Amino acid sequence: MIQQRSIGVLALTYAPLLLYGLVVLFLAALAPQFLSVANFLNILVLASPVAIAAIGMTFVLISAGIDLSVGSTMFLAGAIAGRLVVDAGWPVVGVIPVMLAVGLGVGLLNGWLIARLKLVPFMVTLATLFSARGAGLWITETRAINLPDSFRQLAVVHPLGIPLPILILVVVLLTAETVLRRTVLGKHLYALGYNAQGDEHENGREAAKAGIDISAVLLRVYAIAGLCAAVGSIITLAQLAAVSPNLGQGIELEIIAATVLGGTSLFGGRGTAGGAVLGALLVETVRNGLNLVNADPYFYPLITGAIIFGAVLLDSMRQQRLTLLRHRNIRIPKAIG
Amino acid sequence: MIQPVLEFSHIDKAFFGVPVLTDVCLALAAGSILGLVGENGAGKSTLLNILGGILPADAGQLRIDGKPFQPARAADSSDARIAMVHQELNLFGNLSVAENLSLAELPCKRWAGLRWVDRGTLAARATSLLGKVGFEADPDTLVERLSPGERQMVEIAKALRGNPRILVFDEPTTSLTRPEAERLFSIIGQLRAEGKSIIYVSHNLEDVLRICDQIAVLRDGRVQASGPAGQFDVGRMIHQMVGRDLDGLFPRHQASRSNEVVLEVRRLSQSGVVNNIQFKLHRGELLGISGLMGSGRTELARILFGLDRYEQGEIILHGRPLPQPRPARCIRRGMALLTEDRRQEGLLMEGSVTENIAFASLRRFASGPFAWLHAKRLDQQTFELTRRLSIDCREIRHQPVRTLSGGNQQKVVLAKWLLRGSDVLILDEPTRGVDVGARHEIYVQINRMVERGAGVLLISSEMEELVGLCDRILVMARGEIISAEERENFDRREILQSAFGKERLS
Repeated sequence: MIQQRSIGVLALTYAPLLLYGLVVLFLAALAPQFLSVANFLNILVLASPVAIAAIGMTFVLISAGIDLSVGSTMFLAGAIAGRLVVDAGWPVVGVIPVMLAVGLGVGLLNGWLIARLKLVPFMVTLATLFSARGAGLWITETRAINLPDSFRQLAVVHPLGIPLPILILVVVLLTAETVLRRTVLGKHLYALGYNAQGDEHENGREAAKAGIDISAVLLRVYAIAGLCAAVGSIITLAQLAAVSPNLGQGIELEIIAATVLGGTSLFGGRGTAGGAVLGALLVETVRNGLNLVNADPYFYPLITGAIIFGAVLLDSMRQQRLTLLRHRNIRIPKAIG
Repeated sequence: MIQPVLEFSHIDKAFFGVPVLTDVCLALAAGSILGLVGENGAGKSTLLNILGGILPADAGQLRIDGKPFQPARAADSSDARIAMVHQELNLFGNLSVAENLSLAELPCKRWAGLRWVDRGTLAARATSLLGKVGFEADPDTLVERLSPGERQMVEIAKALRGNPRILVFDEPTTSLTRPEAERLFSIIGQLRAEGKSIIYVSHNLEDVLRICDQIAVLRDGRVQASGPAGQFDVGRMIHQMVGRDLDGLFPRHQASRSNEVVLEVRRLSQSGVVNNIQFKLHRGELLGISGLMGSGRTELARILFGLDRYEQGEIILHGRPLPQPRPARCIRRGMALLTEDRRQEGLLMEGSVTENIAFASLRRFASGPFAWLHAKRLDQQTFELTRRLSIDCREIRHQPVRTLSGGNQQKVVLAKWLLRGSDVLILDEPTRGVDVGARHEIYVQINRMVERGAGVLLISSEMEELVGLCDRILVMARGEIISAEERENFDRREILQSAFGKERLS
C-alpha cells in the first residue's frame, strides 16, 4: 500500500521528465533518424539560448515575479554588439563583456524599480520590454546587421569535442543549480516566494518577518535574469550571424513557457534550473521532430500550444493529487475486518 | 516577593484616541508560567506587540530584572532574549527544517563572491535545537511534509535559538491534536524547569488553568483579575472576561426533535476515508460528531457537501436521494457547510460583509432577463442579519471581511446561510479560534436555527461543546461511527474512550 503510494507520488513529482521521455519515444517511433547523437546535440544547441534565459527566468518566477523584458534585452545586447563589431570594428572577444553588461544593466534597472520603488514586476518589465526594443531599433536604425564570420565561430567551435553553446549551457545550469541549492541567496529566494495562504498580496511578507532583506534578493534575481538573457543573446547571434530588428521578439513567452513546463510555479516558491532546461528541450524537441517528419511549419505553434496546455493540466492534476495523498497520510491505516 | 523577571508597569496604549490598554500592571516571576486570557480585542495582542518591540507604549514602563526596558524594534526584544511563538506559524514549507531554524542567519562561508551555506553547521545547530524540544526529525525534511503539531515543534525550536529567558506562546494549541497539545505542555513544563519564564496566551481556559502558575484576565484593555492559578476556575475566568455570566457557556435549544428526517446517510463508504457510515438527522435536532483529528469527521462533512466523492452508500436529503452531490446542488437543496477554515472555504476575504452574506442567495434578489439585483432589498436584509447576529464591524458595505475578528467572520458565514434559508447545516469546528463571548453568540444562533426547524450536524473536538449543546453524539474513529449516545446518557469518559477506539478492543 505504502509502496504503491510512493510510486504514484514519485511519478507525479517527476511528471516533466516522464512527459519528456514520452515525447522522445513517440518521435523516435515516427522518425528513425530522430534517435541519433548528432540530432540530439543539434536539439541541445538550438535550445540553448531559450534554455539559458529560462534558467534566469526560474529565479524570477521563484520570487513570484515575472520578467517580460528578456526578449528585448537579448535584442538590445545584440544591437549594441552588432554596431560595435561592424561599425567600430571591435573584436568579438571585446564585445562579449559589453553584451553581458547590457543584460546586467537592464536586469538591475528592473530589479531596482521592483525592489526599491516597489513597482509591480509585470508592468515594470513590460515597460522595459518596449524601451529596450525601442533603444535597440534606434541603435540599429531598424536595419538588420550581418555579423562577420568571427562571430559565427562561437557556435561552430567544439572545445573538448562538445559544441560551445552546450558547454555554456551546462556551466550556466550547474552554477544556477548550486546557487539555488547551496547559497544563502538561493535559500532566501525560496523563502521570499513562499506563500502559505496563496494570497498574492502576501508574497514576501513572511520572508520580511523572518528578517530577510527582500530588496537585496529581488535586485539580484532580476540582475541574474538579465545576465542570462545576455548569454542567450550571444549564442543566438553566433547561430544566426545577424541581428535582425525582430530578434528575440515574443521569445519571452516561450522562455516563460519553458520554465513553467519544467515544473516552476508561476506563484513562486517552487522551481529548479534543471526543470527550466528540460522545458526548453521539450519545446525544441517537438519542433525538431515535426521538422523530421516534414510536418507543415504552420502546425508547429499549434503543437507547442497543445504541449504547454497538456503540461499545465498535468501539473495542476499533480498538485491536487499530491495534496490529496498528503491529506490521507495523516490517517492511521484501518485494520482489516 | 522575589524580583520578577519581567514587569509591565502602568502601561497605556491608545489607537487614534481609542484606549486599548489602560493602566496594565503585570509581573512575570522567574521560572513560572503566566496565563493571559481575555476575549479577542481585550488587548492581549497589543500587550504582546509592545513587549515584542512592534508597538511603542504611550505611557508606563516595561522592566526586565527591575531595569527599564524600552524596545523600539523587534531586534531589541530578541536582544533582551525574549522569544515569541506565534499562533500563525512563520515557517517556509518549501525549505527544510534545518533551513527554517536559522533562516535569517544562515551559517555561511564566502567564496567566489557568494555566501555558501555551511551545511555542517546548519545541521548541527538544527539537531541541537530540535533536541531541546525532544523532536526527532531529519533536519533535511521539508517543512511542508510535517503535520501541524510537528511544525509547532519546529516553531518552538526556532524560538529557542537565541537561548531566550522569556518565551511567549500565543495560542499555540489551535492547530494541534490533543496528544500533540499534551506533548507541547510537557515541553513547556520542561522549559520552566530550566528556569525560563513563560507567558501563555490561550482561549482554552482549561489548559490555562492546568499549566499556568499565575493567571491574568484582561478585559477592554484592563487587568480584570490576576493571581495564582489556584484562585481561578473556568467559570470565574469567563465571568471576568466577559463581565457577565453567560447563562451557562453552552445554552440549550428549546426545539423538540420531530420525526421528520432531513438528512439520512446509508452505508456510506470511501476506501481509506470513511467506512459504512449510517445515521439520520431529524428536523429540530442538533447532532454532534466527536472524534480525534483524522478520524474521518471532516472528510465525512466534505463528502456530504459534495466536495469529495464516495464509492458506496446513499445520501438522502429531504427524502430524495442525492446520487453524486455537488456543492451547488447541495446548497440549492438547503444544505450548508461551515468549516473551521473560514479563510479558505467560507469567505471571500477581500469582499465586504454584505457581499459575503449575499453571495449564496443572489438569485433570490434578482429578477428580469439580465438578473438585475434589487440592491435595496438585499441591503436591508443583510443589514438586519448583521444586527441580529451582532456582527461587530464599522461599515458593512465596504469593510473587507479580512479585517474582522475570527468570531465575527464565522458569524458572517452563519449569516450567509441564514439568508439563504438553509435547513441542513454541517458545522465543522465552528468555534475554533473564536473567543468566549463570540462563541456564545454563535451557539445562540445555532440553537435559533435548530428551533426554527433546521437539522444541524456539529463536528467538534471540544467535548464540552458537544456535551453542552447536542441532542445526540456520534463518535467516529478510523472512519467509522463507533458509538451513538443520547443526551441523557452522555458520559465524557466513555465518549473519549470510543474516540480513541478502545471500545473495539474490549
